[in-house]
Amino acid sequence: MKTSRRQFIKTSSLYAGGLAMAGSGLKAASGLLKNLGGNVEGLSRTPTYCEICFWQCAGWVYKDDDGRIQKIIGNDDDPHCNGRLCPRGTGGVGMYHDEDRLKTPLIRRTVDGKQVFEEATWEEALDFIAEKMKSVAAEFGPECVVLFSHGSGGAHLGHMLKAFGSQSISAPSFAQCRGPREVAFLTTYGDIVYSPERTDIRDSRCLVFIGYHLGENMHNGQVQEMSDAIDKGATIITVDPRYSVAASKSKYWLPIKPATDLALLLSWIHVLIENGWYDKEYVEKYTFGFEQLREHVKQYTPEWAYGITTIDPNVIRRTAKEMYDASPAVIVHPGRHTTWYGDDTQRLRAVAILNAILGSWGRRGGFYFPERVQFPEYPTPAYPVPNRLPTEAYAGKYNLANEVVSNGICDATIPSVDSDCNFKVWLVNGTNLMLALPDQKKTLQAIQALELVVVIDTMPVEITGYADVVLPECTFLERYDMVRVSRHREPTLALRMPATEPKYHSKPGDWIARELGIRLGLAAYFPWKDMEEHLDWQLKQVGSSLEEMKRIGVKKFPRQYDDLYLHEGEDFFFNTNTGKIELYSTDMEEEGFPPLPVYTEHEQPPEGFYRLNYGRAPMHTFGRTANNPNLTDLMDENTLWVNPKVANLWGLENDQYIKLRNQDGIVSTFSIKVRITERIRWDSVYMVHGFGHDNKKLSRAHGRGINDTELITNVKIDPVMGGTGMRSNFVTFVFENDNAGEEVEA
Amino acid sequence: MRYAMAVDTKKCVGCSDCVVACQTENNVPIGYCRDWIVEVTDGTYPQLEIEIRSERCNHCENAPCVRCCPTGASHYSDGGTVLVKKYHCIGCGACIASCPYDARFPHPEGYVDKCTFCLDNRVKKGMDPACVSVCPTKCLYFGDLDDPRSPVSQILKKRKYKTLIPEAGTKPHLYFLI
Ligand code: SF4
Ligand code: SF4
Ligand code: SF4
Repeated sequence: MKTSRRQFIKTSSLYAGGLAMAGSGLKAASGLLKNLGGNVEGLSRTPTYCEICFWQCAGWVYKDDDGRIQKIIGNDDDPHCNGRLCPRGTGGVGMYHDEDRLKTPLIRRTVDGKQVFEEATWEEALDFIAEKMKSVAAEFGPECVVLFSHGSGGAHLGHMLKAFGSQSISAPSFAQCRGPREVAFLTTYGDIVYSPERTDIRDSRCLVFIGYHLGENMHNGQVQEMSDAIDKGATIITVDPRYSVAASKSKYWLPIKPATDLALLLSWIHVLIENGWYDKEYVEKYTFGFEQLREHVKQYTPEWAYGITTIDPNVIRRTAKEMYDASPAVIVHPGRHTTWYGDDTQRLRAVAILNAILGSWGRRGGFYFPERVQFPEYPTPAYPVPNRLPTEAYAGKYNLANEVVSNGICDATIPSVDSDCNFKVWLVNGTNLMLALPDQKKTLQAIQALELVVVIDTMPVEITGYADVVLPECTFLERYDMVRVSRHREPTLALRMPATEPKYHSKPGDWIARELGIRLGLAAYFPWKDMEEHLDWQLKQVGSSLEEMKRIGVKKFPRQYDDLYLHEGEDFFFNTNTGKIELYSTDMEEEGFPPLPVYTEHEQPPEGFYRLNYGRAPMHTFGRTANNPNLTDLMDENTLWVNPKVANLWGLENDQYIKLRNQDGIVSTFSIKVRITERIRWDSVYMVHGFGHDNKKLSRAHGRGINDTELITNVKIDPVMGGTGMRSNFVTFVFENDNAGEEVEA
Repeated sequence: MRYAMAVDTKKCVGCSDCVVACQTENNVPIGYCRDWIVEVTDGTYPQLEIEIRSERCNHCENAPCVRCCPTGASHYSDGGTVLVKKYHCIGCGACIASCPYDARFPHPEGYVDKCTFCLDNRVKKGMDPACVSVCPTKCLYFGDLDDPRSPVSQILKKRKYKTLIPEAGTKPHLYFLI
């Protein structure tokens, strides 16, 4: 245990002189900055792929004669974006220009009994980290070093960490987001949905969205294709207690009572089977357990579902018929952020089953088979075999999780008598764990138990306040990264190269990983001269080259393995225990979970409280963009959506600022602006996630709106895969003179 | 030649990409915009409708802003686009007051600015305006009303549409597909 508590360092750092460091490694970007053709209006352009969200759209960065980045435009040849970036990508320049960026390495020191950050050189910071990693590894084994990552830096740092002997690598995008979906589809189809999603939206005739607010979440290719589908007259069915933008584009909006979606899904399955509205040949040929399913869903009549969901039984029947009429060109969309109530894998299993009986998997207008280029790694020595795997942190649990469960790692970091599996070092890259992980108290407990916290980021996000060392990473516009090898209808590669040199003292992720690796005695794992040589070698193995990719940005390859869709009568082996699509899941059964999804009731808000729902805005990627000057210009705070009836009851006015208190007495740090709207049900309130930053160094984001994560303290763990269900939190309004409840640290 | 734009309110998701793309294309300073999003909600829960519109200058055929401009800075240009010669503009703001659509703003450099349909920097070079070419839902259509094959003429032939504040008599060239 540490003797001194790791205090959150909010304000300015101490300034030390002499920060320059001779540029070892990366020979900066010089020589790459000259014109590469394709110029318009005196602007030169270089290829990149966007880092503002996981969609990784490829584009061109245009600069004027003074080398100033003017704009980023989508690459026409890229199937992720078809030449059109989303607003975040278009405003991606703001990430580079943001004057609040992390500028120089910082090390936590205690001066006169007070903890402060002191500016350091890269040598000092990296030496410090390497020494600590070595001493901790000597005592506890290298596996006690963990990497949490989101985005492109993870590949470099992950490589370094595996070479060091640790496989403890985790991304909150699994257990806090899409995990239930991947596990549900894996147990059903033996394959996952992937990112970008393999949904054939453009050719779909019926789209069903369950709480999935496409258009507000700007998953670019899917938004584009939804628009194509609207043009072609597709029927859209949206299930959401909130009148989302997608709902407003829908033929059917089902304003469901929150937390009852599984009842609706089961009753749809009931209606389809009872009426014979399913793909009999497909079910016969490809699925396992149809009879058990038929028996199981007999109980789930539309009338039964009506009492739970408040959706009219006739609407349930009519929408089921719409799906059948469109089948197999129908997509019951699996969504993306699916960690809601703790039985999420089961809900997503019901979605997977619905698609299966409609025969949409592997069919045009349903789910296609994506393909990627076989892209070789640059040869390096084999990684040492770790003594223990990160999954031992939650041994005996979550066996079906196909990725590492971040909250499992976080929990195991907190010393306990039940577990000897302690983690001692966290490297945190590109993910603001304070906003990403629910139940902040636990995260803080874990942080206090650590020997070393290193945060590698572009922005002074909250987690940097708890770091021992902060390393300023440069933005995607200032660096090379691994080639984007994407799985899509057509396999493609995309190049990211620096459009300009790293600003301030920031450095690219590959350089940071390599410099740290060298200090850890792992130079043999970094045999390349620089990223250019690294990428060029890889590209040459598939018949391209760095020179070619600099010119074209995106290269398409022909498909080699199978076709986009199943052929008529094709024999197909699914990667499940039975080789079939498992309507009845043998995996679930083996693990002691219901092999067919069973409806369970969830908590509803107590009187005077409202369910806290949260979502996305098209111009922001959670907390990541909340300080981006171009994007805050479009939206600089979140608002609290309140139904007019509720507003009346509480005397709330539009634009009034108000705090919230949750069921556990936690009061929000900041206030939020009230937006009275008919678009929300009376039993819930809604806000966009990613606001309410409490680090003053984020000058545009600080104190703007409420951070929903701090109000999410009732976390429902999904026993199947460890996901953190976050939608069982209830809030009420706090007025100025009301001091009830415990204030969280401001 | 009469340039015009149509906005499909059935497809627009209100993402504001058209707004950022215009800002970066035309160096519009942060805090200002030449185009913007309007969202109108109608009805009570759960009988609701929303109309989402990407709005900008209507490039009116009968433009009060041009009529009232004392210096001639506001003028009709190629294809009927309404433009402002920034070196002639004295920033008096008469045009801002006269525009029924609130399409103009005082640029911090002292002149009045607004949407140009990207006439000089893009359209004359054969490209679409920045907002049209970035829109992820492809809900913006641009072109010459006098050319029956232009995207805007084609879509107006097929779909129902409306213009904003027709009673102002400005003859707008911005159409909303409904
Ligand atoms: S969807 Fe938007 S933010 Fe995501 S990668 Fe594409 S352009 Fe960037
Ligand atoms: S970019 Fe297109 S979809 Fe987005 S707000 Fe503008 S017009 Fe609407
Ligand atoms: S919309 Fe306003 S600024 Fe544009 S032409 Fe009409 S009156 Fe003038």
